[in-house]
Amino acid sequence: MSIIFEKSITGRRGVTLPKNDVPVNAAIPEKYLRKSRLDLCELSELDVVRHFTGLSKKNYGVDTNFYPLGSCTMKYNPKICEKIAGMDGFASIHPVLAQLPGGHKYTQGALSVIHHLEELLCKITGMDAFTLQPLAGAHGEFTGLSLIAAHHRKNGSTGKTEVLIPDEAHGTNPSSAAAAGYEVRAVPTGPATGLLDIEAFKAAVSGNTAAVMMTNPNTLGLFNPHIKEIAQIAHAHGALMYYDGANLNAIMGKFRPGDGDFDVMHVNLHKTFATPHGGGGPGSGPVGVKAFLEPFLPTPRIIKTGPGGDNAGNVFALNSDYPGTIGKIAPFYGNFSVILKAYAYILMLGGRGLTAVSEQAVLNANYVMHSLKDHYYIPYLKTCMHECVLTAKRQGEYGVKALDIAKGLIDRGIHPPTVYFPLTVKEAMMVEPTETESREVLDAFAAAMVEIAGAAASAPESLHRAPVSSPVGRLNETKAARDMDVAFL
Amino acid sequence: MSYIPATPEQRRDMLRVCGMSSADELFADIPKTLIPPDNDFWLTEGVSEFEALAKCEKLSSLNNSRLISFLGGGFYDHYIPAAVDAIVSRSEFYTAYTPYQPELSQGTLQAIYEYQSQICRLTGMEVSNASLYDGGTAIFEACKMAMAATSRKKIVVDGGVNPVYLEMLRTHIANLGAETVVGGDDLIDDAAAAVVLQNPDYFGVIHDHSGIVDKCKKCGAAAIQSVNPIALALIKSPGEQGADIAVGEGQPLGIPLSFGGPYLGFIAVKKDMARRMPGRIVARTVDDSGRQGFVLSLQAREQHIRREKATSNICSNEALCALRAHVYLSLMGTEGLRETASLCRNKAVYLRESIKSIPGVKVTDDTVFNEFAIELPVNTDGVIKRMADLGFAAGIPINANRLLIAVTEKRTKAEMDDYAAALRGAVCQ
Repeated sequence: MSIIFEKSITGRRGVTLPKNDVPVNAAIPEKYLRKSRLDLCELSELDVVRHFTGLSKKNYGVDTNFYPLGSCTMKYNPKICEKIAGMDGFASIHPVLAQLPGGHKYTQGALSVIHHLEELLCKITGMDAFTLQPLAGAHGEFTGLSLIAAHHRKNGSTGKTEVLIPDEAHGTNPSSAAAAGYEVRAVPTGPATGLLDIEAFKAAVSGNTAAVMMTNPNTLGLFNPHIKEIAQIAHAHGALMYYDGANLNAIMGKFRPGDGDFDVMHVNLHKTFATPHGGGGPGSGPVGVKAFLEPFLPTPRIIKTGPGGDNAGNVFALNSDYPGTIGKIAPFYGNFSVILKAYAYILMLGGRGLTAVSEQAVLNANYVMHSLKDHYYIPYLKTCMHECVLTAKRQGEYGVKALDIAKGLIDRGIHPPTVYFPLTVKEAMMVEPTETESREVLDAFAAAMVEIAGAAASAPESLHRAPVSSPVGRLNETKAARDMDVAFL
Repeated sequence: MSYIPATPEQRRDMLRVCGMSSADELFADIPKTLIPPDNDFWLTEGVSEFEALAKCEKLSSLNNSRLISFLGGGFYDHYIPAAVDAIVSRSEFYTAYTPYQPELSQGTLQAIYEYQSQICRLTGMEVSNASLYDGGTAIFEACKMAMAATSRKKIVVDGGVNPVYLEMLRTHIANLGAETVVGGDDLIDDAAAAVVLQNPDYFGVIHDHSGIVDKCKKCGAAAIQSVNPIALALIKSPGEQGADIAVGEGQPLGIPLSFGGPYLGFIAVKKDMARRMPGRIVARTVDDSGRQGFVLSLQAREQHIRREKATSNICSNEALCALRAHVYLSLMGTEGLRETASLCRNKAVYLRESIKSIPGVKVTDDTVFNEFAIELPVNTDGVIKRMADLGFAAGIPINANRLLIAVTEKRTKAEMDDYAAALRGAVCQ
């Protein structure tokens, strides 16, 4: 399909703007003027609509079919949440309005949504306070580590330079720790258990440890029952426990990170709370803390005073008077429309509904694992949580790799799982079905995977050639990196 | 409301396949002492879609969207053509994730490649990434690039940079042993990693930063220019001014204000800096039959490969907002964007002239774009409150007696005349 700029026809227009209704035609002095021609495309509205409709047809989303991308929680995104986010009373509000003198009066609805979501997240996670400012999961990790750094600074603990992270962790964990100024020390996973190697952990933790970052269940889909013991060891060295909330969809109503002695955590609203992934974003990564870290949270905070305002007689206002704050993580209050969608989702599900979400998400993952265990090598064949990790070890005997299996799935109309992650498992395929998929869909996925396992043995070259049904075949990534054709200029 | 399709009977069957008789067995690894008690939250029932809608409609009505807005400060109330909303509402775009499987994601990938091209054309640079969170984190990422390239830790921030971004930058670098100094070009020296400039500046004033950029080059500091993308239809691009890194907030490009986000950070550089860039970058290539296709490229910079050595920790970005910006720019075209920018400029100048004659009000004759600062003879707080009672969000207070006033192409002459009359009343009251 042509690049949009190739479709441009000189002189064609896609919009008509209002006429200039003021008696001013204020030229900008020559020295400030753009000299080079601004060459945007010139198209009609229909040209543009057709171009993007054409592109959309070459895309695959949750609404297309099963999207079992492990660690990404690609669940269904309720349509009503999009409608709510589009309401004029939310979408058109300038964020500074709330900060004007008396401005809170004009923004009570938006402020109450933020405050209530903070309260709901506290209940779901067992933390004492939340900030909704972080703009994505990795930004939440960065924020959490910044809070930890502020805590250590206040305590005068200067030697705390390291963050311990299990080797199977999401890549954002070590990179967020580095971005927050820490050195990273990886802790191995016990090969037999798939869980953090406690002896290696004990050897690694020291007075230099600022924090331990963990996700539980971990990226192998396994819940670590020794979490309180690990936290106790970390705390004994003055280190804080950070919980990566990427896998929260597994444990709602079953385990609260706050009860497991975690001090700081983030939540991915775009995973657990069903806001759309948008082709890569926007996300939202609220951060929860125990009370002793609350003074460091970013400002402004949204506080509840009373009486008045909402039905319960509350008035919501902004407050920036927190001398210990780390400052501003976002320009305002976070990705508000994502926050709003998550709020509406939690309202619709309630505590019982969220518990049912985790129960079904975990059941679906175990069901997939059991459906495939005779056909694929499963490194940890025991009850998994919301995702399971398979590998291409058996298919490797025929020269078929995880990537070939992924491409074979594309030809069978299904989005592949996450492949080659976790990095600690060779030829990994990480399947996260989510609770919104039906048994029929899971059965169809399993059938496709079984067929692929058969093809690996009988006709491996068919998988090496795959995909053949998609708009393009396998792409030349070496050429892409070498040519660096990253803009049509 | 439930989005779980499994029936009770299917659940029983599926558990049986797993060799289990109850859902509790799925959670056997969680110690009993850690399972939350049935408390007031976990026992709450959800509500129907209709009830949730009604509740949110009520909340929405508690926000006042009827005030005529003269608020800016880097975030503007531009008109968003209906086609932008229609296109980004296609669920093939918005229910997808990062295009890890390029064969199933050519739509997203080509759109990002084209978005990168739009940003490069606007800024006069060669390499744009797929997006960052917002304009503030874009400045932070640019400073990190500069610190890595120069091995220096001092960041000079021009006095015209949005104070919100200055605060964000300070928060983000707090643990990196770096420091910010705020002021003019006399602060640029051999210790500076970067100089952060903004054009038009926070007070709406247009600059030619070429001289400062020259001084940066002499000192080996990176010149980072944060720009309003709509202004670039008229004013010298960062590329034309010699900037090393162009960044900015893409919200003006078809993204609703939405009480603070999601917005769009853009960043663009010349090719020699490409491998220091944060986040996703899409490249054009060919498939195994020679057909044109698009892939995520230069991934060895990124967190999922390089972990703690990555150029940035960003994973999820603002892809759907980048798509909005791309559709917006495609609809506007060169002439549409120029006209929009000219309308903003003319209306700002008109409103400033209208306000000038109010007794005690002082304005400058700086060359402004869509926004300008005025000095009031009375306290801004009282004026803002009185103006709100009259139906106007009057502007952003800069300090006790200075006010920042913004317009867009949406503000009519009648609204601005009413505003000027109301301000006269509010000041003279």
